[in-house]
Amino acid sequence: MRVTFPHMGNLYICLKAMLQYLGVDVVVPPPSSKKTLTLGVKYGPEFACMPLKLNLGNFIEAYGLGADTIIMAGGCGPCRFGYYAQIEYAILKDIGYEFQLIVIEPPERHISELFNKIRHITGNRSWWQVIQAIRFGYQKARAVDEIEMAAFKIRPRELVFGATDIAYRSALSLIDSASSPNELDRAKKRAGVIMAGVVLDESRPVLKIGLTGEIFTLLEPYSNLDVERHIGYLGAEVDRSIYLSEWVNDHLFLGMLKGLRSRKDACSAASPYLRHFVGGHGQETVGSAVNYARAGFDGLVQVFPFTCMPEIVAESILPEVSTEYGIPILTLIMDEHTGKTGIITRLEAFIDLLERKKEFRRHAFS
Amino acid sequence: MTLKVGIPRALLYYYYVPMWQTFFHELGAEVVLSSPSTKGILANGLKHAVDEVCLPIKMAFGHVLDLAGKVDYIFLPRMVSIKKREYICPKFLGLPDMVRCLDGLPPLIDINVNLYKSKKNAFFAAKEVGKLFTGNYFKISGAYRYSLKTQKKYFKLLQLGLLPDEALAGLEDGVGNKPRPGQGQFTVALLGHPYNIYDSYINMNIIRRLRAMGSNVVTAEHLSEQVVRSCAACLPKKLFWTLGQRMIGAAFHYFKRRDVSGIVHVAAFACGPDSMTGELIAREARAAGMPFLNLTLDEHTGETGIVTRIEAFMDMVRWRNAGVS
Ligand code: SF4
Ligand code: SF4
Repeated sequence: MRVTFPHMGNLYICLKAMLQYLGVDVVVPPPSSKKTLTLGVKYGPEFACMPLKLNLGNFIEAYGLGADTIIMAGGCGPCRFGYYAQIEYAILKDIGYEFQLIVIEPPERHISELFNKIRHITGNRSWWQVIQAIRFGYQKARAVDEIEMAAFKIRPRELVFGATDIAYRSALSLIDSASSPNELDRAKKRAGVIMAGVVLDESRPVLKIGLTGEIFTLLEPYSNLDVERHIGYLGAEVDRSIYLSEWVNDHLFLGMLKGLRSRKDACSAASPYLRHFVGGHGQETVGSAVNYARAGFDGLVQVFPFTCMPEIVAESILPEVSTEYGIPILTLIMDEHTGKTGIITRLEAFIDLLERKKEFRRHAFS
Repeated sequence: MTLKVGIPRALLYYYYVPMWQTFFHELGAEVVLSSPSTKGILANGLKHAVDEVCLPIKMAFGHVLDLAGKVDYIFLPRMVSIKKREYICPKFLGLPDMVRCLDGLPPLIDINVNLYKSKKNAFFAAKEVGKLFTGNYFKISGAYRYSLKTQKKYFKLLQLGLLPDEALAGLEDGVGNKPRPGQGQFTVALLGHPYNIYDSYINMNIIRRLRAMGSNVVTAEHLSEQVVRSCAACLPKKLFWTLGQRMIGAAFHYFKRRDVSGIVHVAAFACGPDSMTGELIAREARAAGMPFLNLTLDEHTGETGIVTRIEAFMDMVRWRNAGVS
């Protein structure tokens, strides 16, 4: 059994760690790229949302590298994601890619089913080992998130253009290659040193932008055309409404780890604007917009894939938040036709606007 | 003074209007329906909704706005779930909040209708709504029971083969409960969300067109819940969209019926559920060798394009029928 899974940003680091810890043979698909998307577009349903198309491309590429088993999360609606695995599997079968499919459904009714599936993947490892593996994966997710957060902070302040990206990549690969908890501790320290080594211009005025939206497009840089990086280059610091470890905590550990931002906070902030969950992360998007506005951020960027339903609901409601708190919001919608230059132009204009607004406020109050 | 309750002629109106109307009547309120869909109503919806939402939601915005100034309340329940462990669509979950952003509307009755966990919640919702009109618990539960009865009759009429407007007329005068025998030479199954296939403005009169070209039209609503569900059960995983489940179940049923010669699937552009159910139906149609037409509607859809495609489809159906018999 050679196991693969779809890409979602740095998720592969965490999943690979978990599975390899248990001795599972893992095939990480090549990073999502133009080729991946082209494959997905070719075989996927025309109006499916982009994550489905990228998943499909990932699987086809992983097949080429010898993968024969897919692990995927399931879901019970109302959003499309819960039916992704089945549709993707059927399409792959049609075009001659024979996979074994293992869908991890949320343990709503039969917790035993979940255990059986884990057993199936891990063979005769003890539950203790399984728990250790999950822990290890989670620690990697935390480590990756810390590096990302550091990158968000330093990128707008770097003296040498691109220095942050270089540091980010090498720090990430250190974390990725750590093969035991001990090694991970050492890697974390070294990664911290690398990130701290980027030379900064501390006096530079920097805007703060909250990035929110649909989880896949938030976490997968290929799908958002590197929006975070470009915001950084344009001199603004980013905070993202969802990080990998938060997602893992909320969804795999049912929010048991305290001290992390949880979706509950975001959802309660969404009321009175959006008083009900709408699937995906729609309510969280509205809620984190409110939280960012309250925390004094200068602007908000919402990203989501074309036709994403929960985010369209959020998009309809965000103008209310924007007027009430006086915070500008830019909505970026991604699909296979979205061009990078267009996105950068819109970001530039947006950041210009934020700067002028900030200037104006400074003058008005001094 | 009688309170006026407005019901937008959009979305689940096509399913539940008999029940809603009866309920409010029984509580002594006057029910005002928005006008049937027109260009003007849609234009108004387009103006007030974000570009990205699907056509039916834009249409719903238009209908809500049509009621502004004419009524004391607008009935816009949050239809979370109408069946255990199923949903409708994320946009139904957010609709009242999206609509609340519009200016100049009377208060919304945006009660949560959520049967995800239990059927009983329907009555709780009715009770909450009823309280707006009367303090009398018995009156509310009486109204609720009567409204359910009317709804059942309506579903029965649909299952006899009537279309919603015919069935509604049947409820009014109590006669005409028999479906007209089909005049066409063959039968086509029309599948899609009820607000897409029964709103003749949104779909450019597709039912009339199909009939004019010599076809009888059957829909998912002509089938009993049981038939639909048992046919949908052959999917590898149960669909969690109630309406999608109906479509799939009906498609699978009609594929097997020898008197059905083709399937037309009407989808809304950028509709999430349709993108998935459409794919499932299309792949099954291919496997079954059934003529299949997918029409995708948005505000830019041109009438001529639709007509040409329906004509081509009908030709195909005719050839196939001639070849087989
Ligand atoms: S959240 Fe959006 S992008 Fe993700 S599956 Fe749902 S509709 Fe698609
Ligand atoms: S089911 Fe489709 S057409 Fe209906 S509201 Fe949802 S996205 Fe729109």
